[in-house]
Amino acid sequence: MQHYNMNLTLKVWRQKNNKVKGHFETFQVKDVSSEMSFLEMFDVLNEQLVAEGKEPIAFDHDCREGICGMCSMYINGRAHGPWHETTTCQLHMREYKDGDTIVVEPWRAQAFPVIKDLVVDRTSFDRIIASGGYVSVNTGNAVDANALPIEKQKADESFAAATCIGCGACVAACPNASAMLFVSAKVSHLALLPQGEPERKTRAVNMIKQMDAEGFGSCTNIGACEAECPKGISLENIARLNREYIGAVFSGSAQG
Amino acid sequence: MALNAKIPAGELASKWEKYKSTCKLVNPANKRQIEIIVVGTGLAGASAAASLGELGYKVKTFCFQDSPRRAHSIAAQGGINAAKNYQNDGDSTYRLFYDTIKGGDYRAREANVHRLAEVSANIIDQCVAQGVPFAREYGGLLSNRSFGGTQVQRTFYAAGQTGQQLLIGAYQALERQVALGTVTQYSRHEMLDLVIIDGKARGIIARNLVTGELERHFGHAVLLCTGGYGNVFYLSTNAMGSNVTAAWKAHRKGAFFGNPCFTQIHPTCIPVSGDHQSKLTLMSESLRNDGRIWVPKKQGDSRKPTDIPEEERDYYLERRYPAFGNLVPRDVASRAAKERCDAGYGVGSSKMAVYLDFASAIERYGKTEANKQGKHDANKATIIALGKDVVKEKYGNLFDMYAKITGENPYEVPMRIYPAVHYTMGGLWVDYELMTTVPNLYALGEANFSDHGANRLGASALMQGLADGYFVIPYTIGNNLADDIRTKAIPTDHPAFVAAEKEVSDRINRLMGIKGKESVESFHKRLGKIMWDKCGMGRNAEGLTQAIQEIRALRKEFWENVRIPGEVGEYNPELDKAGRVADFLELGELMCIDALNRTESCGGHFREESQTEDGEARRDDENFMYVAAWECKSEGQFELHKEDLKYDVVHPSQRSYK
Repeated sequence: MQHYNMNLTLKVWRQKNNKVKGHFETFQVKDVSSEMSFLEMFDVLNEQLVAEGKEPIAFDHDCREGICGMCSMYINGRAHGPWHETTTCQLHMREYKDGDTIVVEPWRAQAFPVIKDLVVDRTSFDRIIASGGYVSVNTGNAVDANALPIEKQKADESFAAATCIGCGACVAACPNASAMLFVSAKVSHLALLPQGEPERKTRAVNMIKQMDAEGFGSCTNIGACEAECPKGISLENIARLNREYIGAVFSGSAQG
Repeated sequence: MALNAKIPAGELASKWEKYKSTCKLVNPANKRQIEIIVVGTGLAGASAAASLGELGYKVKTFCFQDSPRRAHSIAAQGGINAAKNYQNDGDSTYRLFYDTIKGGDYRAREANVHRLAEVSANIIDQCVAQGVPFAREYGGLLSNRSFGGTQVQRTFYAAGQTGQQLLIGAYQALERQVALGTVTQYSRHEMLDLVIIDGKARGIIARNLVTGELERHFGHAVLLCTGGYGNVFYLSTNAMGSNVTAAWKAHRKGAFFGNPCFTQIHPTCIPVSGDHQSKLTLMSESLRNDGRIWVPKKQGDSRKPTDIPEEERDYYLERRYPAFGNLVPRDVASRAAKERCDAGYGVGSSKMAVYLDFASAIERYGKTEANKQGKHDANKATIIALGKDVVKEKYGNLFDMYAKITGENPYEVPMRIYPAVHYTMGGLWVDYELMTTVPNLYALGEANFSDHGANRLGASALMQGLADGYFVIPYTIGNNLADDIRTKAIPTDHPAFVAAEKEVSDRINRLMGIKGKESVESFHKRLGKIMWDKCGMGRNAEGLTQAIQEIRALRKEFWENVRIPGEVGEYNPELDKAGRVADFLELGELMCIDALNRTESCGGHFREESQTEDGEARRDDENFMYVAAWECKSEGQFELHKEDLKYDVVHPSQRSYK
C-alpha cells in the first residue's frame, strides 16, 4: 500500500460547556500521514493548538481498538465517519486525500447533552441498562455452566446482539434520536438465552419506559441506525423488541 | 516492617476452603451500615462492587470513563481460563495452578495461585448464569481453545471479544445494584488521593472531571481496582486513559509496590507505523493456535512473503521449542521475535516485524470442511475458500481490525507483528486477603501484584480479575470489617479529609502554574522512549542506571516546563493527563530501580547479564526468590522489603518449553 501525506481543512464544533452555545471553528492541519488513524490526526491538531497557546479540542476516546464505545464523532454527516461497521478510532486517514475538508460534530440528541466540544453525556444508556438490562442472579447462585446446553444458533444470535458497544451512533444517526437499536440489542441478547427467560417481559417493558423517560425519540423504521452501527447490530433486533414488548403488555404480566 | 502475607496454615489444596469456613462474618444488618469505595470498574471493580452490593454493603464506584462499561477489560480478546476439564484432556485445578506458577517463572505465591485455580470454574458458571454468550459447540455445550504455556484446552471465549462480554456481564450486575440502591456510581471521576485516619484507609479525594471540583468520599474500606500501568511506556496496548495514579497515590501514602519491573511484552501486536503512533493494537494470542510465526532464512530478504518458498522460511518458534511450538509463553515468544529482528531477519518497511501466517491453517480447515460437506475431491480453490470461512468465523473481528489498521488483507498475505507492552504483573503488594500494607486498603485485579509472578499466561488476566471481585474479596473483606462494625461513618470535614483535599488542590494549582512550553504529550513520549529502550524487553545495569538519571532529569524538566492549557474548574483532559504523566514519571524511576536490583532474569524480566548459552532467561533462585516490595519514603526515595517465596508443593526448575 502506497503511503502519502496530505493537508486538510477541519471544521470542528466548539462548545465550552452545556450552558453556552457552540459554533464551528476552522483549522488547517498539515502533513497528515495516510497511515494515521482519524484520532491520531486529532492528536496532531491538538498538539498544534497547545503549541499555539490555544485550547485543544475535547473529544472522547479510550481503547482506540473499536471496542470500548467511547469515541463518538459525527464526521461529514455520518456517525463514526464513512467506513462501514467502523468506529471513529478505527477510521484511518487513507480514506482522505490532500485538500479535503472534513466537518466534525458531536452526537446530537436531547438525551446526550454536550459536555464540551465533541464530548457528550451518555449516562442515559447506563440508566436504561439499570432499568432491566440484566439477569438477576447474585454471585454464587450459578449451576454448572454445561448443565444448560444452548442451541449454537441461538447462542450465536444472542452473541451478535451482545456485541453492541453502547457508543450511541444509532441515536446520532437517527433523525428521531431514537435509542431503539441499543435497547433492542440488549433485550435480544438476553431474550434469546434461557437465562434471560424469567425476566423477559418486565425487562422489555421497563427498558422501553426508561428510554422514553430519558427523552429519546420514537422509531419510525428508517434504518439509519443499522447502517451506521459500527458493530453491525441488525434491525431484526428492533422487530424482536417490538414483539417482546407487545407480548408483555398484552399478556398483562407487565404494565407498559 | 516485616511483611506478613497471612497465608493460612494447612495443606495447599485445603487452605482456601478452610479460610472460608473459619473467617469472620458481618451480619446483614451491620453490612447495611458499612460503606465501601471501589475505584475502577473493570472486571475486578465491577464484579467486586456488584457482589458486595448484593451482600448488602453500601458501595460507591468511581471510574474516569463516562461509563463503567468502557473499562479496558473490555478490550481483552482471546479468552478466560478455567479448570473445568470439559475437554477430558487431563486438566485439573492442580494443573492450572501448576501451569500458572511455572508460566510465572516461580515468582508467584503458591497459596494465591491455587485459590485462583480453585475458583476458576465458579467464574464460568457465574458468567453463564448472567447470560454471557460464550462460544458453543453444535451440541449446545461450551467450546474451548488453547492458549500459550499450556497443553490442555481450558480457555473459554466469545469470538475475539471475551473481555467485552465478561465486562458487560459484570457491568449489568453492577447496574442492577445501582437500580436497587446498594451501589452509587460516579463516572468521569478520578481518585486523586487516599485519606488515612488512625492508620486505616477511610476514604478518597476524587475530582469530578466534568466540573473540575474536588470531592471527599468516606468509606470503611477502599478497593483499588484500577488496572495496570503499561502506559508508562507511552506506547502499549492499554487504553489511552489507563494510568497508575490511584495506585501511585496509595503508594505515596504507604502501600508497598510489589515487583514494579515485571512487565509483560505481548508478542503479537500490530507494528508501529510512524512517529504519530498513539497506541498499539494487540492481535490475540488465540491466533497462535492456528497462525505460524516465521521470518525469511535470508537476512534482509525483501521479497513479498507469498513469494518466499517454504524451504526458505524459518519457523523459529517451532524450530527452537518443538514441544510448545507457536504456543510458548508470551515472554519467550517476544524475546525470540526481538532476537530475529535484531539479527537482521525482520520484515516489513521498518524491519521490526515478523510474519504470523494463516495459509496452512486455512488449508487444513478447508480440507476438514470439504470432507464434512462430502466434497472429497474438492480442488485447491474450493478448499481455500472453505478454509477462509472457518478462519473468518474464529477470528473474523481480529482480521477485520488488522485490515482496517494496516490496509492489508490478512486472508491473503501474512500479518506483520511485533511485541508490545501489554500487561503489568507488578502492582500494589497485597496479602492473601488482597489487603495492601495500608490497613483497609485493598487492591484487586491487575492493580495488585499477586498471581502471575514474572510472566502472566494468556487468558489468565480475566480469570484473576473476576476471581478477586466475585469470589475472593466478598469473603476476605468481611473477615476484616467484622472488627469495624462499631465504626460510624466519619464526617468528611475530619481534618484528614481537609488536609488531603488541600494537598490535591495545591498540586493541581502547581501544575497549572508552571505555564511552560512543552506539551504533556511530549513529556509522556520522552518518558516512554527511555522506558522502552532501557527497561523494555532487554535490560542491563548500564542502561538502567542511565535511565534512572534520565527520568529524574525529565521529571525536573516536566515540573519546570510543562504547558497545560485551559482552566481548573472545567472539563480539561490536558490537566487530567498531566497529573497522570507526573505520576508515571515517578513510577518509571521505581521500575528501573527494581529492575536494576533484580540481577537475575525471570519471566518477562530479562537481564542481559543473566542468560543461558542459548539465550534463555537464567533465574537465580538462591538470591532472588522473593517479592520485591518497595516502600516510598519520599519522592524518589524507596526502601526495599522482601517477602520470601516458599514453594511447598511445586519444585522450581529451569523453565523449559523445548
